[in-house]
Amino acid sequence: MSKKRIVATTGNGAVAEAMRQINPDILSIYPITPQTAIVEGFSKFAANGLVDTECVTVESEHSSMSNCIGASAAGARVMTATSSQGLALMHEMLYIASGMRLPIAMFNVNRALSAPINIHCDHSDSMGARDTSWIQLYSEDAQEAYDNTIQAIRIAENRKVLLPVMVNMDGFIISHGIQKAEFIEDEKVKNFVGEREPFMPLLDIDNPVTYGPFDGLGGFFMEHKKNQADAMERAKSVILEVADEFAKISGRKYGFFEEYMLDDAEVAIVTLNSSAGTTRHVVDELRAKGVPVGLLKLRVFRPFPAEELVNALKHLKAVAVLDRALSFGSVGPLFSEVKATLFDLEVRPKVINFIYGLGGREYTLQDAKRAFDVLMDVAKTGKVKKTFDYLGLKEVEVLT
Amino acid sequence: MKDWQANKLMPGAIIPKSGTAREYKTGGWRSKAPKWNEEKCKQCLICWISCPEGAILVKDGKVRGIDMDYCKGCGICATECPFDVIKMVEG
Amino acid sequence: MEKCTEIRWHARGGQGAVTAAKFLAEVALASGKDIQAFPEYGPERMGAPIKAFTRISSAPISIYCGVKNPDIVVVLDETLLDVVKVAKGLSDDGVILVNTDDDPTDVRKRLGIKKGKVYAINATSIAIDTLGRPIPNTPMIGALIKITGMAPLEDVTSHFAKTFGKKFNQKILEGNIEAIRRAYERVRGE
Repeated sequence: MSKKRIVATTGNGAVAEAMRQINPDILSIYPITPQTAIVEGFSKFAANGLVDTECVTVESEHSSMSNCIGASAAGARVMTATSSQGLALMHEMLYIASGMRLPIAMFNVNRALSAPINIHCDHSDSMGARDTSWIQLYSEDAQEAYDNTIQAIRIAENRKVLLPVMVNMDGFIISHGIQKAEFIEDEKVKNFVGEREPFMPLLDIDNPVTYGPFDGLGGFFMEHKKNQADAMERAKSVILEVADEFAKISGRKYGFFEEYMLDDAEVAIVTLNSSAGTTRHVVDELRAKGVPVGLLKLRVFRPFPAEELVNALKHLKAVAVLDRALSFGSVGPLFSEVKATLFDLEVRPKVINFIYGLGGREYTLQDAKRAFDVLMDVAKTGKVKKTFDYLGLKEVEVLT
Repeated sequence: MKDWQANKLMPGAIIPKSGTAREYKTGGWRSKAPKWNEEKCKQCLICWISCPEGAILVKDGKVRGIDMDYCKGCGICATECPFDVIKMVEG
Repeated sequence: MEKCTEIRWHARGGQGAVTAAKFLAEVALASGKDIQAFPEYGPERMGAPIKAFTRISSAPISIYCGVKNPDIVVVLDETLLDVVKVAKGLSDDGVILVNTDDDPTDVRKRLGIKKGKVYAINATSIAIDTLGRPIPNTPMIGALIKITGMAPLEDVTSHFAKTFGKKFNQKILEGNIEAIRRAYERVRGE
């Protein structure tokens, strides 16, 4: 029996370790900063005979996802990892994977998209893929990245779901930072993920099937899309079931989101990934001074847990949604969704948007404090001066 | 799944049985039809290999005709035939 | 809230500051603390000034930004004193440790700071004597644990042997451990 281990690890190291324990049939490998250390670490495990995965080194991320699609349709348990431009290059294949209802677990290390060239963290990559019908889980730290990776397999392969899952963590901040994490015993992970029981796999030669047929005007394309949307909806209960089961082997409890000091708060920040940690620290500081602030850290962005979010946020006077991505010509993607969700309430919190951390711009304690200052002002006056603003923006002359 | 029908939707639009193309008669797509001259045919079977629809009817190693239920009239057989025994005609 | 010890490392690319930041975090982890260690990310160039950070705390750490107000500053390369404001944000009762042959009083003058404690150790010469190479990171760890009492010397040397036992040959391993010991004994402060 292997033992539960408490280790100092990078986020990438934790994900590679989860993949080793899962021991997938197929891993598509294509390097891209800051994800490369995941597939590099896994390749070492493979070279040392610790896994019996077929590591497929492909010539692009487009091929990487194509390989995942073929292998998953064949019935294999399939994983890959990517980031930024890589995810963008996969884009058309992301729709094929989900449209064919193929379970694939992919790790995406959040990174900005060029231009200008930038390798650092923001969420433009995964937010750009939000409508591809992939389940999206977000992870604050290495521990959550590890835990989400293990759960992703079970969610994706569940017969009620059959959708690909993308797990996200912040590039460099978490992928390369060394943190404390607890790794579960190998056997427990092995039993937890079990064997894939593929639904109508291509390699079942006694029962031949066709994947990827044409379905045009006279067919049922729209009904298939509704089915896909229904599967996303069903994923909600499956995500919670898997989380409950995972808590039994890990002692760590997961839901759609984490509520921190929210019950008696008047204002709160809603955010994703590592910024939640920094915000939590500031919540503690402000609470010590008696300021009624709270935090909601969203873990599941797709399917979007609208009803649950309303229940968690409806009592607040003001909510700031932090977006590490921007829908140019509009607002932050998380903001527009949270605000729309709250709109049906008779009495609803004021909702404001802060764009932060683009291209790895540091999200500091001061940024979180400023957001809470603005929120407390909104709560006090009942008036929003600015619905949309930036945190940590430099004062600089702009020539147009 | 042998009794599966197209109006029963599978996840991912999977078609859960084989040979379903047989139910889809593509002969209606044709604007020109191949006319095969049996007497001059050398039975090389190149048309049979070339036909993308499997519409060249072969029995006992010999071409017996063209299945007009499925022939789309693409003309590949006529182009490929080394002996000019297949010609594309109206209909 | 429990106090979190924040360390900022200043070095030049290739001097092993990130490895040292990580090693120190692992030592603390072994004693049951929560830890963080990370560099200030950017293009990695040999010789360029870099920063790295370590956080050590009895309570869970949830900050992910760089260290702005360090309790401890470690400078692996004294030429940085003229280039980088290494003491920036150092808390009033903070500690600064510099790799130099100068006396701590002279270092204080060069830094232009009045408060806090200043320590000096010639880690480069120790590294040359024990390892034959001017890599100051391991001796700096020896000096650091002495002045902070962060961990007992024997715990650190045994952890070092455990961590690098497979990577280094016996001679280099022993050289490193000797470097930690010497710096532990020789560090001076005021």
